Amino acid sequence: MATDAMAPVATANVPKAKSELMQQRVRAARLFLIPMLVALAIVAGWPLLRSIYFSFTDATLNNLYGAEWIGFGNYLRWTVLESGTVRYRGVLADPDWWNAVWNTVRFAFWSVLWETVLGMIVALVLNAEFKGRGIVRAAILIPWAIPTIVSARMWSWMLNDQFGIINDLGMKLGLLAAPVAWTASADTAMTAVLIVDIWKTTPFMALLILAGLQMIPRDIYEAAAIDGVHPIKQFFRITLPLVRPALMVAIIFRVLDALRIFDLIYVLTPNSSATKTMSVLAQENLFQFNNFAEGSTQSTLLFLMIAIFTVLYIWLGRVNFDGGDR
Amino acid sequence: MGATFDLWKLTKTVLFYALVVFIVVVSVFPFYYAILTSLKSGTDLFRVTYWPTSFSLDNFRQVFTQGEFPRNLLNSVFVASVTVILALFLAITASFALSRVRFRGRSLLLMTILAVSMFPQIAVLAGLFEVIRFLGIYNTPWALIFAYTIFTLPFTVWVLTTFMRDLPVEIEEAAIVDGATPWVIITQVFMPLMWPALVTTGLLAFIAAWNEFLFALTFTVSNQTRTVPVAIALLSGGSQYEIPWGIIMAASVIVTVPLVALVLIFQRKIVSGLTAGGVKG
Repeated sequence: MATDAMAPVATANVPKAKSELMQQRVRAARLFLIPMLVALAIVAGWPLLRSIYFSFTDATLNNLYGAEWIGFGNYLRWTVLESGTVRYRGVLADPDWWNAVWNTVRFAFWSVLWETVLGMIVALVLNAEFKGRGIVRAAILIPWAIPTIVSARMWSWMLNDQFGIINDLGMKLGLLAAPVAWTASADTAMTAVLIVDIWKTTPFMALLILAGLQMIPRDIYEAAAIDGVHPIKQFFRITLPLVRPALMVAIIFRVLDALRIFDLIYVLTPNSSATKTMSVLAQENLFQFNNFAEGSTQSTLLFLMIAIFTVLYIWLGRVNFDGGDR
Repeated sequence: MGATFDLWKLTKTVLFYALVVFIVVVSVFPFYYAILTSLKSGTDLFRVTYWPTSFSLDNFRQVFTQGEFPRNLLNSVFVASVTVILALFLAITASFALSRVRFRGRSLLLMTILAVSMFPQIAVLAGLFEVIRFLGIYNTPWALIFAYTIFTLPFTVWVLTTFMRDLPVEIEEAAIVDGATPWVIITQVFMPLMWPALVTTGLLAFIAAWNEFLFALTFTVSNQTRTVPVAIALLSGGSQYEIPWGIIMAASVIVTVPLVALVLIFQRKIVSGLTAGGVKG
């Protein structure tokens, strides 16, 4: 309900004083918001508009201001050859782009799926009462605390084809017949990226789910136990429905994060077309291959995708924007 | 009957603890292995071992004497600290307005802030590059401080807003009756209550800025101005087969140990701060 945190203050005063007080507060609020809004406009709003603008021009890295408007040419343009065949060009007709889109979507889907399942298991373990729970909670925070770049390099050493401990372990346990070039070979590069990402972000997922689990009153389970409901049934009938809101928010958070992945892939599997995502492709085009306009187009398309997901998040998550109702 | 029941119960306990041990080992092992590797030298490095076999600080010595790593470390500390101070300073007044005052467009504003925090950084990269060159701060730490505001500011505003919303009304009422202006309420009444939240938010923002890679890679180009993540990512030898793994692991350990220590010390606060952004929001 919109009964604001401030409402009691307001009603406690006489009407005239109230409106004066309210006006003073609103004036102060505006003043307080201006610095933040200006900062956000300069670092987010304006750059975003300019990036979108560049995607409609022929800008290059060294010629940002002399760029000319070319409409949707960077997105899609076509020429009709003399033979009558039509040749399409632009990002939307570029197989590299669609490969990156496919990689990104594939990565987002599998990483979030595994993180949700494993995060749920870890959260259920942490929600149980047992000796050493504090140690587990501390331990799972370690992957989260390690910088992505560091974990990428740590794992690329562990996944090294000749001297890596993963191959050694896999062969000792009889899981691998021969050493695998995890990050270098196109077949396993995505698996390698997924392993590292899942290792790194499952803790975050687990903590978010755990917060949801802890809000479920214990007596529901006691009642179910008295009624003789099997624990597995309890999970699907009680836990899952009640933790769903928290779970949904966590999943969409992670999807948004996975869709923009850059650093892990850039460091773990450099120049591998099997893992190159939209962000990596756009960054390379912008600043390394001198295809500034094309890179802007790709980043704009990625922004559109994420914008759609954000709207979905706000809609599905039913986020509470009404500051004062608690 | 009783005996079989106990056996089943025992099996369950054993399986549960096996799972617990598995979770702990998987979480900790890569970091443990990085430490192990960083303490090896020479050919030892290329022998896979699961337990410490040698102890040599050679790699650490090299990290600090070769190249610009100490400088990169200082850059990271400077960039992350200034970014956090700036974000907290801007966020504290803004979140007072967003959590304590009712005005038209507040929901829309909060929604915009949340949307900005979910921005893909790549979407602003081209435009940000232009602004940074225009301001003449390209390839300086200021470029990063400027760019990092895009994710630290919305995040701090969001978390501080959820926190301030929960502060009791009575405290503010008393202050208003005493004739306190909003500015006085923030600085004299709320600030002392907000320390735990400020520390948590600041810490999370610090970690985010410390770890950031995309902007750092794009907006700094020389060894002297880079931050630690880029330095570690670009540490390499002459060819693929000469990657100096020992040195990389030593640098990684140096960068990660303070973070892990901070996170373990502030465990509870960090968990509550993380979830405030997600579930409570």
